Amino acid sequence: MSDASMKPGAGPKSAYFLSHSDEAVERRTLAVLVDNEPGVLARVVGLFSGRGYNIDSLTVAEVDASQHRSRITIVTQGTPHILEQIEAQLLRIVPVAEVIDITNSKSGIERELALVKVAGTGEKRVEALRIAEIFRARVIDTTNESFIFETTGASEKLTQFIDLMRPLGLVEVSRTGVLSIQRGKEKG
Amino acid sequence: MNTRTKAKPAASQNAAPDGAPRIMTGAQIVVEALREQGVSVMFGYPGGAVLPIYDALYGQDAIRHILVRHEQGAGHAAEGYARSTGQCGVALVTSGPGATNMVTPITDALMDSIPMVVITGQVPTHLIGTDAFQECDTTGITRSCAKHNYLVTDVNQLARIMHEAFYVATAGRPGPVVIDIPKDIQFATGQYIGKAGITKPTYVPQRTPKAEAIKAAADLMTRASRPIFYTGGGVINSGPRAAEKLRELQALTGFPVTSTLMGLGAFPASHPDWLGMLGMHGSFEANNAMHDCDLMICVGARFDDRVTGRIDAFSPDSKKIHIDIDASSINKIVRVDVPVVADCAEALDALITEIKALKRKMPDLSAWRSQIEGWRARRCFAYKNSTDVIKPQYAVERLYALTKDRKTYITTEVGQHQMWAAQFYHFEEPNRWMTSGGLGTMGYGLPAAVGVQAAHPDALVIDIAGEASIQMMMQELSTAVQHKLPVKVFILNNEWMGMVRQWQELLHGERYSHSYSESLPDFVMLAKALGGHGIRCDKPDELDAKILEMIDHPGPVLFDCRVERAENCLPMIPSGSAHNQMILGEITGNEIGEAGRKLV
Repeated sequence: MSDASMKPGAGPKSAYFLSHSDEAVERRTLAVLVDNEPGVLARVVGLFSGRGYNIDSLTVAEVDASQHRSRITIVTQGTPHILEQIEAQLLRIVPVAEVIDITNSKSGIERELALVKVAGTGEKRVEALRIAEIFRARVIDTTNESFIFETTGASEKLTQFIDLMRPLGLVEVSRTGVLSIQRGKEKG
Repeated sequence: MNTRTKAKPAASQNAAPDGAPRIMTGAQIVVEALREQGVSVMFGYPGGAVLPIYDALYGQDAIRHILVRHEQGAGHAAEGYARSTGQCGVALVTSGPGATNMVTPITDALMDSIPMVVITGQVPTHLIGTDAFQECDTTGITRSCAKHNYLVTDVNQLARIMHEAFYVATAGRPGPVVIDIPKDIQFATGQYIGKAGITKPTYVPQRTPKAEAIKAAADLMTRASRPIFYTGGGVINSGPRAAEKLRELQALTGFPVTSTLMGLGAFPASHPDWLGMLGMHGSFEANNAMHDCDLMICVGARFDDRVTGRIDAFSPDSKKIHIDIDASSINKIVRVDVPVVADCAEALDALITEIKALKRKMPDLSAWRSQIEGWRARRCFAYKNSTDVIKPQYAVERLYALTKDRKTYITTEVGQHQMWAAQFYHFEEPNRWMTSGGLGTMGYGLPAAVGVQAAHPDALVIDIAGEASIQMMMQELSTAVQHKLPVKVFILNNEWMGMVRQWQELLHGERYSHSYSESLPDFVMLAKALGGHGIRCDKPDELDAKILEMIDHPGPVLFDCRVERAENCLPMIPSGSAHNQMILGEITGNEIGEAGRKLV
């Protein structure tokens, strides 16, 4: 009955403490192809909330009307063990046709779009425009005291742009979340 | 035609003899689809939103409808029917409270992988979302507890959805599927299509194992010196062939076998290599063999926390092979060395072929066997019997002795009596044992017995119950009386919520908070009131005669077996402990550490 029979270094863990502390948390982008039927998004999102997984971003739209196919792109985080479970659990959902690990696919491309509203006058306004040019952000609306910039790219680039706009009068940000696809002529 | 189905149904099934499309009401489509799916018994309770379907059931005799007393009873009865026959169970209930009362059995069926189709009525389409009378968001509520669900919005999709639901419920790892049908859809007329060719292209489980996985598994099996089969409910769910293949593979290898609660009966309990159930209240030999083995072959089980105990001390020195049709079960709790995603019967068959083809001399297991015999010699299920008071273990032993030579089916409720039933009632065949394993639903046993009896009218069906559990669904005795289903309810009455009391003794300094029933019904009078027969027994020397009286009574029986009140269910692996840290004798109160106290 003593703990002496345990393996050395074992802590008081049970099935309830499955955090594999030796495993680092990784970020992963998954493309989930689903039948576009009522409730399918709720099934996917409910899986994440019900099993305690994280969603960093989520995008969804129908991509093939004739086949009723929608593509859900999810950015999530977890240990490799959890990420493996997420993929397996997603595939268990009846209308889920396919799960593609974009992060671990050599040819994966990720893009995001942001709309960024910046208000200001004088030197700050000029500086905002200058930085926008460097980031190849487009001005899609302007008033005497504000701009709305549209910018696309990797999420990190968008975050960097938004951070630079912060001291220059950042008012509001709207981001799409990550979209993904794979390079080359092959599908998924 | 719907584009999502793989193949178009044969024209002959979808047309009347004169070639015209088969047009009928939604309600008729439901009944016709059930009939075509081979459903002969269903369980239900009518209400406003399903009246058209009940109207379509009126006067037909292809499907027998068992009217329950509470919708939860319909769900558990469908589960019992399914587990004892291997076929899909069917329940029909109304909207709102009918649907919410089904949530427990739906969740139960999901946890225990029971194929079930639940049809719920819904308010008419134009009232959905208006908080109409008896409206609830059934698909929203059941989304996370059903394998899949549907809200029917077009009567022309209804037949396809009905057939697809049966496919989804039974394919791969089975589970419950809910079809929510608004009342206007039941009245509307549309085209019926047959079941031929209807599947779900996005849901095609992998049934046959990969050759490399089987090769790797067979290689390990022919080299192991301390092997063990750890089998589960998947072997039962896969069908009788899986149990046959398990026995064949065991005969080929001579490996000892243990099983989870859900898997009892897949391997005969009379076999010398049977170790008994494993887990929290499993046998000393099974748990120690799991801990010390060098090769674990997990077949259709899922490393549940009742089975593994302390996970970081779980079978530390073994290689693990895991056969499961659900890929998400593999590496979920325990890392395995050889994952085999496949149907159990297919994988076991492939292993038999592969091992025979290897033509290797099977390893010498004599040292392992003698180690196991040493554990077995501890006689972990021994108890102190009494001539004054009936011990619950003795009661189950006698029940087993007096019923084992008949065609007997056992269901249980949840608690101490369930574990005693698992320990002291022995099964030789699959599909004879119905219990709520994953969800642990008190109230499961009696309605499940009703379902089993409806499927096997001539069999002896016994619900081994506790006096607390039985009160959760005891109204279903009235169902049994109405439908002439002579189920026997064998209550181990110790006046306590026994397992709660045991845990309070173990964990909470014998502070028995709200676990004693100050007032219990007179079960003999209750049986009479509900139209059944009541028997009471509190003397060990009268037990046999009264059990025989119960068996011989032609109708439903409530048997109030008064047993020792403070008996603990042992052996036990305390929460947070490892397989080789079982409590065998008396409980001292110091078994569970701080971390273990926080667990369930």
